[in-house]
Amino acid sequence: MNDKADENDRPGFHCPVPLDRYPGVLLAHGGGGTLMHRLIEEVFVSAFSNLGLEARHDGARLDVGSVRLAFTTDSYVVKPLFFPGGDIGSLAVNGTVNDLAMCGARPLYLSAGFILEEGLPMETLQRIVGSMRRAAEAADVRLVTGDTKVVDRGKCDGMFINTAGIGIVEHALDIRPASVRPGDAVILSGDIGRHGMAVMAVREGLAFESTIESDCAALAGPVLALVQAGIEIHCLRDPTRGGLASALVEIAEAAACGVHLDEDAIPVRADVQAACEILGFDPLYVASEGRFVAFVAAGDAERALALLRAHPLGRDACRIGSVTSGGPGPVVMKCRLGGSRIVDMLSGEQLPRIC
Amino acid sequence: MRFVNEYRGPEAAARFARALEQAVTRPWTIMEICGGQTHAIIKFGIDQLLPDRITLVHGPGCPVCVTPVELIEKAIAVARLPRVVLCSFGDMLRVPGRSGDLLAAKAAGADVRVVYSPLDALALARAHPDREIVFFAVGFETTAPATALAVHQAAREGLKNFSLLVAHVLVPPAIEAILSSEAVRVQAFLAAGHVCTVMGWEEYVPIARKYRVPIVVTGFEPLDILQGIHMAVLQLEAGRAEVENQYSRAVRREGNAAARRLIGEVFEVVPRKWRGVGEIPDSGLGLRDNYAAYDAERRFALEAHSCDESPECISGLVLQGVKKPPECPAFAVACTPEHPLGATMVSSEGACAAYYRYRRAAAELPGGRRH
Repeated sequence: MNDKADENDRPGFHCPVPLDRYPGVLLAHGGGGTLMHRLIEEVFVSAFSNLGLEARHDGARLDVGSVRLAFTTDSYVVKPLFFPGGDIGSLAVNGTVNDLAMCGARPLYLSAGFILEEGLPMETLQRIVGSMRRAAEAADVRLVTGDTKVVDRGKCDGMFINTAGIGIVEHALDIRPASVRPGDAVILSGDIGRHGMAVMAVREGLAFESTIESDCAALAGPVLALVQAGIEIHCLRDPTRGGLASALVEIAEAAACGVHLDEDAIPVRADVQAACEILGFDPLYVASEGRFVAFVAAGDAERALALLRAHPLGRDACRIGSVTSGGPGPVVMKCRLGGSRIVDMLSGEQLPRIC
Repeated sequence: MRFVNEYRGPEAAARFARALEQAVTRPWTIMEICGGQTHAIIKFGIDQLLPDRITLVHGPGCPVCVTPVELIEKAIAVARLPRVVLCSFGDMLRVPGRSGDLLAAKAAGADVRVVYSPLDALALARAHPDREIVFFAVGFETTAPATALAVHQAAREGLKNFSLLVAHVLVPPAIEAILSSEAVRVQAFLAAGHVCTVMGWEEYVPIARKYRVPIVVTGFEPLDILQGIHMAVLQLEAGRAEVENQYSRAVRREGNAAARRLIGEVFEVVPRKWRGVGEIPDSGLGLRDNYAAYDAERRFALEAHSCDESPECISGLVLQGVKKPPECPAFAVACTPEHPLGATMVSSEGACAAYYRYRRAAAELPGGRRH
């Protein structure tokens, strides 16, 4: 009976997700892995595809008259609210700025929606808002509209923030997975995994010899440096949830290409690697919040590297691999010891190992 | 990174590969017991460095994989009880039972939490006297001492709201079960280094002697594993069958005396059913009578339901080294990490998960994922 009523409420909408397998949403549906991609494609894309949703990119590109805009949104539910190297406020600004930057856009305006938990200390809120203001100034964006809701104690972890952003695209490049070509160079702007391990260490009360700081930063600067120098950029992606591995697999699949990686070339700081070893994590799947991968035409690779290395946020930039034909996928990594292996998306989030 | 990169050097690995090439005159089949070693072998491509005549088969040393469905069902049942907080290691939460997994129970409202140590569960019990904290104790001899310590402390402090669902298993009886099987094709073993840090290696001596198999206690880094294989091959080629210790930087002959004492104080050896394999005598740990008050099965009067495995899943054969994951018709087709038919596809130490993650043939990639 209820089913019928539901169908009437949603004419023409058929959910292809096998509900018998997942009658409810699991945390893994938000983990950046296979389950989340299925959820996006099978629920959201199938419902909204007529609105021009481009599911496999960080933001939408919209033509308004003769102006090309980029538009994106993201919600931030990080626990704890404060972590070494940042907090939920700086993350909410930088994350959305970066989604715009990954469209090759110059970020201009942000909105912020706050969901606050009853009892949240006012001092905490002010610290976070202050941090957002500083992050917005550093990224040269303006926060122009917002919304506030308060929910009962226990209904959220202190606070959640949603930000949306608008940027302007000032070039003729078509930056998206479908532009990726065999032969393209895959360039990474710096070491991976710092944000994920910084948050993990605080959340789980793990003390290491040194504090791992999140790499949380706005990436529009180095991206625009590449754009302005005329680098032939084919695709950009910041390896947040799901890490570098998921970002590359996503792009390879959407581009119907393969990717060859060189394990030796992927920079991971010793403290991040150590924390990963202890927990049994693979840094390839750990989030960064201030790094990006660029797929650029092979002929521009050296120039792109030089430009990035001249920027404070790209000092450790390096070429980590190349795009191959015969896709979609796989992403194959040449191991340090000589063999090779597939790099795949995880099902959900990484979980600490047993022993 | 110190103490890791030293054990992952490409030049040293190439030297071991050459030494193996020179040492091998016949085909040999070697089993690594531990799932951690299986993952290292596949992830680092160690098997690709070996001479063709050396075949590695993967053993039953993944505690998550061998935990029987009945116990997972009990864990789900206890997690659904009011006031209960069920704690376990992260890996355990995704393993399918008959009626779903613990993550699904969590999504449906059960209080299921990931902990890093049984002592974290004990701390929860202290902090929440109004809740019943149940720790789902899985693992081999490696994790047993921490479980024993938690119970020991709970008893000393008189904590009444802490209990255990015990699924601990032991390695040597599993090796004997494999060697007694008619399908056995294993000629040498790499014993699990971390198990031996606790238990030492004396208990492997009678097994090596009785079945005439070399057993090399081996670590987990690529060079450890290559050296362990090299030591095993030298024994095989020379017709020796001894216990040798490759992992001497961590393992002593007698193991960790304090940890062993604690295990003996709290646990006794019991028969245990292994998922996909069946019951193996004397292969598990159960709480001794004087700690019976901490047994969650008794406290919550959990009933045993016998559960059938998926008929398609060959994880039992995989866990005994008889088959390799890609030989299973369901591998990467009906059975994936999102929809596992057996635990070996779920756990980060499961052999099927290792092959799925690092070694699928190109034909098995994408397409199938997006259906």
